[in-house]
Amino acid sequence: MDEETFSLFRAEAESLAESLEERLLALRDAPQNKALIDGVFRDLHTLKGTGAMFGRTDIAGFLHDFETAFEAVRSGSVTVDAELISISLAARDHVASLLDGGDAAEGAALLARLQQHLGPVAAPAPASPEAGGSDWHIRFTLAADTLALGGKPALVLAELARIGARDIRLPDGTAWDADSEAQAAELSWEAEIDGDTTEADIEGAFLFYDDGLEMVLTRLDGTDTEAAAPDAQSDAPHEAATDLPATPVPGQPDMTAPRATNFMRVPAERLDDMMDRVGELVIAEARLIEIAARSGEPGLVQVAEDIQRLATAMRDTAMSIRMTPIGSITGRFKRLVHDLTMATGKPIEFITEGEETELDKTVIERLSDPLMHILRNAADHGLESAERRRAMGKPEKGQLRLSARYSGAEVLISLSDDGRGLDRDAIRNRAIDRGLLAEGVEITDEALHQMIFEPGFSTAAAVTELSGRGVGMDVVRRTIDELRGAIEVESEPGFGTTVTLRLPLTLAIIDGLLIEVAGERFVLPMAAVEEIVELPETLAQEGKGNAFLDIRDRLVPFLRLRPLLNCRGEQTPYQKVIVVTSVEGRVGLVVDRIIGTNQTVIKQLSPLHSALKTFSGATILGDGSVALILDVPHLVAQGIAQPGKEAA
Amino acid sequence: MSFSPRIMALAEADVVTFRLGGEVLAVPTAELREVLEPVTVTRVPGATGFVPGLVNVRGAVVPLADLRVPLRMPFEAATEASRILVLELKLAGENTVVGILADSVSEVTQIGADALEAIPPVGTRWPPRFVAAVGRWAGEFVTIPDLPAIFAEYLSGPAAGQPSGQSGRSPTAGAFGTAPQLQTETLQ
Repeated sequence: MDEETFSLFRAEAESLAESLEERLLALRDAPQNKALIDGVFRDLHTLKGTGAMFGRTDIAGFLHDFETAFEAVRSGSVTVDAELISISLAARDHVASLLDGGDAAEGAALLARLQQHLGPVAAPAPASPEAGGSDWHIRFTLAADTLALGGKPALVLAELARIGARDIRLPDGTAWDADSEAQAAELSWEAEIDGDTTEADIEGAFLFYDDGLEMVLTRLDGTDTEAAAPDAQSDAPHEAATDLPATPVPGQPDMTAPRATNFMRVPAERLDDMMDRVGELVIAEARLIEIAARSGEPGLVQVAEDIQRLATAMRDTAMSIRMTPIGSITGRFKRLVHDLTMATGKPIEFITEGEETELDKTVIERLSDPLMHILRNAADHGLESAERRRAMGKPEKGQLRLSARYSGAEVLISLSDDGRGLDRDAIRNRAIDRGLLAEGVEITDEALHQMIFEPGFSTAAAVTELSGRGVGMDVVRRTIDELRGAIEVESEPGFGTTVTLRLPLTLAIIDGLLIEVAGERFVLPMAAVEEIVELPETLAQEGKGNAFLDIRDRLVPFLRLRPLLNCRGEQTPYQKVIVVTSVEGRVGLVVDRIIGTNQTVIKQLSPLHSALKTFSGATILGDGSVALILDVPHLVAQGIAQPGKEAA
Repeated sequence: MSFSPRIMALAEADVVTFRLGGEVLAVPTAELREVLEPVTVTRVPGATGFVPGLVNVRGAVVPLADLRVPLRMPFEAATEASRILVLELKLAGENTVVGILADSVSEVTQIGADALEAIPPVGTRWPPRFVAAVGRWAGEFVTIPDLPAIFAEYLSGPAAGQPSGQSGRSPTAGAFGTAPQLQTETLQ
């Protein structure tokens, strides 16, 4: 298989395996759901077919028995139970490992497990309700471009033979000879097929060959006629797959919705390139606007405004391409929870909220491991056993809730459990043991909770939520730090723990508010800005009066950017206060002047400056100079940490 | 006098010489992308004196470094001859474009192995680990600073007064070993 074909195959197989996993998990909660059973069968069948088509007979062969098992489920002779789901999930993992060049040996053990579980049922081909009529006669012609596209008619014939076709022959009556080279190019064939074979199976043989297929399928006794026109049949297997939501699955309303639209796979680098171009376009456009405004030439101003409108639309489209809903990774969390339920014996209900919340694709991918780690900790150590929960008057089923939502210029992702909560005394003792905390020192709960993210803290054999599995919670914190986010932990003894990850909306281009402090310009993300008010004359001088503003009878604390950013230069009259939302609530930032809004292309700071958390990046202004972009949460945190301090 | 292969290679390579703080310095032309006339520099609050600002180099935001800080040279105001040398260096494993200040840029030349001199362990104001090689050129001493070592030091030890964002990467030792008592001094 050449490189390109192989990557195509992989992508196809991986998305099938993913879909299979999703459906299996959904089926576990709704074992009777016919649409899901059909879906699982179809995924297995398509995955097998894909394997066979690309010459991966190991995958095709391995999946055969599972396909048979679900065929039996479909016909009602076998019912879905937890063990079948478990084996099937393990089979899916095995296929994924085969795709990665893994060892085929463990497949045999899985097949044995399946045999043992199903007993003799799996062996004989089950009779479907619609089957059992007289034998079929089939006549078909594959699309004229089949050979040009690399298709092999022999594969179709072999599949037909496997499902019970006899007397496969050319229209002139010459019998099929699998070794004949002359016949390899023949597109029209006839055959008789065993009457017990279902129509679906026959159609299944034409998977990948149904574009432009002409097929006439008749019962030999004439009771049932099926003529397949290319249009009516061409997309049958795929269409059926996307039809699933018609039968709603409890708790999974949107499961297959994202697949209803047409998708295209594009390498991420191409998107990055495009984003760079759009960034340059936006900067050039800002320059154009400035020149046009100065020239006063109406025609030029008109064109500049058109370009601005187009560039804005282009920016929005380009950015939306990189954004991925967090729901794209919740599938693996569902799987993890399933495995954890099996491993710990604790019944767990997993609830997701705000799956449509979007983040940059790279951020989403990097969040996967930390979230899995927090989930594992919560299930392992946070949730109590069913007996204990019952004794405490809690519902037996422990609850894990993953929710995502926007808040200002941040995305908040919370993971809550309703377990026993963090044990403050155990954390305190452990912190004192490790020299992180002096004995007798009082610290806030929040500060104490942060201790669990210290390196090595969780590897201890502590009796609480602290003990980890090799990787400590410090890895979680490191990843979140690298993403410029923050972690908050709330915990109520006996009622559970909530870990919240606060992540900046890392967009490549944002709407910015350009401000000036002591002649220097900075950009604030518009998303963080709530309102702008005048700084009252009485508070204009530094160090005078309270650092509070009265805005419509509410006290709002404020910070002066001049000392915070170590700006020199004379203070100006009529300073403005920009009220922003932050973790601490509403906070005012005192600046000299508001210049206006602009589209801000974020450029990352080099490693020489990336340790400065006060800035999330830099941008290039219309006049070609560089302005720093303020990171509001970090700026506010720093301002609160050093009140009244002249910044170093 | 024998020198390490790395220094010999530096001596044979094309370098661009420039003046800074009354001294002649040189960097390999292989690392040089372009030479710019002075542009508007944006101050970065809280940054070290070594990398105090940012400049726009053809649409890219580039940190501007001042070698006078690690090499302990006197400060002089910029003149008409002042230039910015735009270099591409590997910092923390990533190719990074940085600008360095120069009082004036002289010419592209070769030091030549014959003109190499040993670095006197005492008597210079430069921390020896920041110097890759010293030679003679046009009757003057020319110093090739060890830029990777200088930048690595500022990557591993974040600016004074800044919360520690980077975790303990040990400073890269210069070609001629480290002088521990000097290290902390240089950073402050």
